[in-house]
This record gives sequence, structure tokens and C-alpha cells, in this order.
Amino acid sequence: MSDRRTLAPFGRRALEVVEARDVGAYRLLAAADPEGPAPRPGQFYMLAASERWGGGEDERPWLPRAFSFLRAGDGVLEFVLEDVGPGTARLAELAPGDGLEVLGPLGVGFAAPARGGRAVLCGGGIGVVPLAGWEDWLDGTATTLLGFRDAHHAQAAALFAAPLLATDDGSAGHHGLVTDLLARELEPGVTVYACGPPPMLEAVRALCASRDVPAQLALETGMACGYGACFGCAVATREGYVRLCLEGPVLEAAALEAVT
Amino acid sequence: MTEFCGLELAHPVINGSGTFDAIAARRVFGDALVERFPFAAFVSKTVTAAPRAGNPPPRLWETAAGLINSIGLPNRGLEGYLAHDLPELARLPVPLIVNVMGFRSEEVAALVDAFARRAEVAALELNVSCPNVETGLIMGADPAETARMVERVRPLTAKPLIVKLTPNTTDVGAVAAAAQDAGADAVSLINTLRGMALHPRGDGSAWLGGRTGGVSGPAVRAIALAQVAEVAARVRVPIVGMGGVQNGDHARDLLRAGATLVAVGTESFRDPLAGARIAAQLAGETPARSQEIPANIR
Repeated sequence: MSDRRTLAPFGRRALEVVEARDVGAYRLLAAADPEGPAPRPGQFYMLAASERWGGGEDERPWLPRAFSFLRAGDGVLEFVLEDVGPGTARLAELAPGDGLEVLGPLGVGFAAPARGGRAVLCGGGIGVVPLAGWEDWLDGTATTLLGFRDAHHAQAAALFAAPLLATDDGSAGHHGLVTDLLARELEPGVTVYACGPPPMLEAVRALCASRDVPAQLALETGMACGYGACFGCAVATREGYVRLCLEGPVLEAAALEAVT
Repeated sequence: MTEFCGLELAHPVINGSGTFDAIAARRVFGDALVERFPFAAFVSKTVTAAPRAGNPPPRLWETAAGLINSIGLPNRGLEGYLAHDLPELARLPVPLIVNVMGFRSEEVAALVDAFARRAEVAALELNVSCPNVETGLIMGADPAETARMVERVRPLTAKPLIVKLTPNTTDVGAVAAAAQDAGADAVSLINTLRGMALHPRGDGSAWLGGRTGGVSGPAVRAIALAQVAEVAARVRVPIVGMGGVQNGDHARDLLRAGATLVAVGTESFRDPLAGARIAAQLAGETPARSQEIPANIR
């Protein structure tokens, strides 16, 4: 397990935003992290803006927010977010030169496929993000399948090498679900790596279980701390609740009865 | 150095029970956690006689300037704690305070008795206040019930016995006085205030899996200060003050109101080194606020 977890420096560090730009419907945020260790693909960070974090409408956001990283290298950490609440809205406002409080890398990342096996990466919406660094790590050997609502959201596919696309409205790539594409890829020797909205992950889990293909799912749930202190990120597994920030966010699909 | 119930502590900042898992943090941060341990003593999560899975998710709700949690006291139970947690926690560089809770007085007595025999344990804290579990309210909300519990367990240990008070009661000073008179060596307060959030889908159902939860964070700081001051006026035993402490000034306020130690809780979720930062601010190394006396509303 240790090769799937890079230890986090103890405490938050204040980074400087070096890039902020739109990628279709999403926002890419890059910060200089010269002292930070190299994370494992699938690990995550807790983020908060250095300024005006807590003084917004209804005094929110207040807790840091958990984000998988897109890529990390040359002392720069990249994140992609979707403005869906007070925390993501504040982060989406950040511009180069602004401060970003970061804790991480946290959690446990993806495990490599069995020797000689093929990796199939399957992402949906904002959930495609942690698959980018994993695609790089697998060095061109993976098949990458990405699903989005529409062509505007699908612009995030440009962050990947050569993905196959599906959109709900058919405005880019296959008209339908990314799991339609996944079904065609499932064969012996494949390991599936998936991240996306819970209904998609549940479909991936069920599909892989029915074809007896191993899958690793990067899940998301609300977290207050990211390092095991708050016990808020409990996810039900066959063995009982686990703290997603400690045992995940990447879990073996076989460990789950269902993704809810 | 700070003296508390016979314990010599490096500074007056500890953690609130259930807000820091030193074993998990060691997995995440490695040895740096031990080398730079942020608290002067470590208070464990609540230990119950039997293992508990905790409440169904969702367990968290961010509220105005704070958090509502409905965790439900997940823990390995006494046997699991003694086998797995205690040996690891004994390696921390600070005294260990074990927090216990039982649903019947015999359960609490068994827990206190078990930990009284362990040299690794410096002190015990009785949770009579957790609002997340149905019966948790009862003892700490009533002075006589609290007194009965403390009287039952007091003869079982010579270790310092701290009673963690609930703010969800009409007269916290009376409960504190009852705990003291029954033999408590110290009291700690405040625990979380009972709160609730509705599901955003708008059908009036509760968001939290446990329906209600405990409110913490800066939202409760003024209440904590008032309750610590009220208890300080009623008891002679030392007080561990907590509630919404985010910096040295907040900690200093609780000390001035009568606390001997200050506990940091929810702020550690935002910053795992919050305890060390607040202790340094208290020691005057980094003033958190200018020395001018500020007006409040202007």
C-alpha cells in the first residue's frame, strides 16, 4: 500500500496560484508547490483560498474542500474544478498571484494493473480529473474513455492524450453513456479505473462485476479534514464503514456492495 | 509549563475528544506528527464498551461559520482499543487522556476500571454529553444524574477524572458543581450544541444520517465563553475550555474566563497544526491581533 500513498507534509502550506483558466465548463487552477512531494495518481488535496475563505454569504465556505489533482510536476500542482457551491465558487475566482492553502497529498491512489494487463480508464464529468495523472503514469498503455453532458463540458477531454468520447446529448463523440464504451473494452486481463458521478460508478461496478473484471473506483464524499480526524467521510463497504480519506479515495470495486 | 490535575504539560493547548485521530494522522503525515505533535496532551476519541460503527452518512454539514456533525462515536470498543489503539497512542510524546462513555453506569464503571489499571493512561474523561446518541443527553443534562455517575466511578481510579459537560442543558453551572461535589477532578466544556440541517431537496427531511448533529466551530465561540465563565464561578476544580477556538486570542479569552487548559477541535479539521499555532500565539510568539483595544461594531 505504501507505494500508493505519498506522505503529506505535516500542516497546510500557502501556495501561489500561477495559472487560472477555463477549460470548457470547468476551471483549471495551477499553483506553485516547490516544496511539496510528488503525489501518487488518485491522491487528493484539501484546498482553501488564503483570503476570503469564511467571510462569504452565510459565512461560507469555511471548511477546506477536497480535490484530486490533475497533474503534478516541475513544482506545479494542477487542479480542475466545477463551480457548484460556495467553496468551488471562491476557488474559481482565484487569479495568478492569489494564495491557495493546501494540505496533501492525502489518501491512497490507484494500484497498477497486473503484469501484462491492460488499463482501461473511465471518467465522467469532473470525475475525469484524477485519471489524467494516471494516464501519464501508465505511459501510453491505457485506453481512456470519457463521458460528459455535452461538447462544452467535453472540452476537458483536451487534458488527455487520445481519449474516446461520449456525450449525453451526442454533441461530441458517441451519443450515450461512457459505460456503453466501457462494455466494449471489457475482456480478460483488463483492469478498470473509474471516477465520476455515483450513478456512473455504480454502473461501472455492476458491469465489471458481471464480466469478472477488476475495477478501482475513485469515490467522492463530503470531508471536513482529509486526514482521518473528523470521521465524516464514512463510506459503506462490505466490511463496514471506512473513512474515504484514509482507505480511499480509490477503493476496489469488489469491496463495495454498491456505489450510492 | 502548565500544571493540570498533577500533570505537567508543555503548554495549555490540548485537543477536544473526537477531533483528532493521532493514529490516522501518523499514517498520513508520518513521523513528523510525533516530532511536532501539536497538543500538550492527547485526548482520545470516545471509547465505548462495545464496538460502534457510527451513524449512517451523510455525517457532515457546513453551516454558517461552523460545522454540524453526526458521527455517532465509531470506535473499536474497549477490547479493540486496548489491543490496537492504546499501544500506539502510548508512543505519543504527550500524556494520554482517554475519553469514555457508557449507556449504563455499569458500562462506564467497567471502562473506568479497565483504564485505571493502565499505566499508559494519564487521565480519564467521562463523556456525559455527546448529543449524537439518543441516551447521551441524559446524564450530563441533569445534575443528580451526573453526580450519580461520578460517585459510581470515582472510587475505581486514582487517576484524574474529567467530566465533559454538555451545553444542551438548562444550568451547566449546576451540573459542573454536581460533578465536582461527586469527586470530579476537572470539568471540560463545551461539547457540541445540538443542531440540524434540512435536506436541500426541500421535502423537510433531515440531511444528516443521524437526523440531528452537534454544532461546532466559531459559530459556538460566544456560547462557550459564557458557559466557561458561568462554570468558573461555580467550581474550584480546573476547567478545560473549548468551543470555536481558532487563534491565540480566542484561547486567551477562555483562559481569562477561568479555564486552565484550552482544547482545539474543529479548527484542526481546517489545519492539522492548529493546536501548535494557537499554543505559539498564546505564548506571544506571534500576536494574532493588534494590541489596540478594538471597538466591536463600527
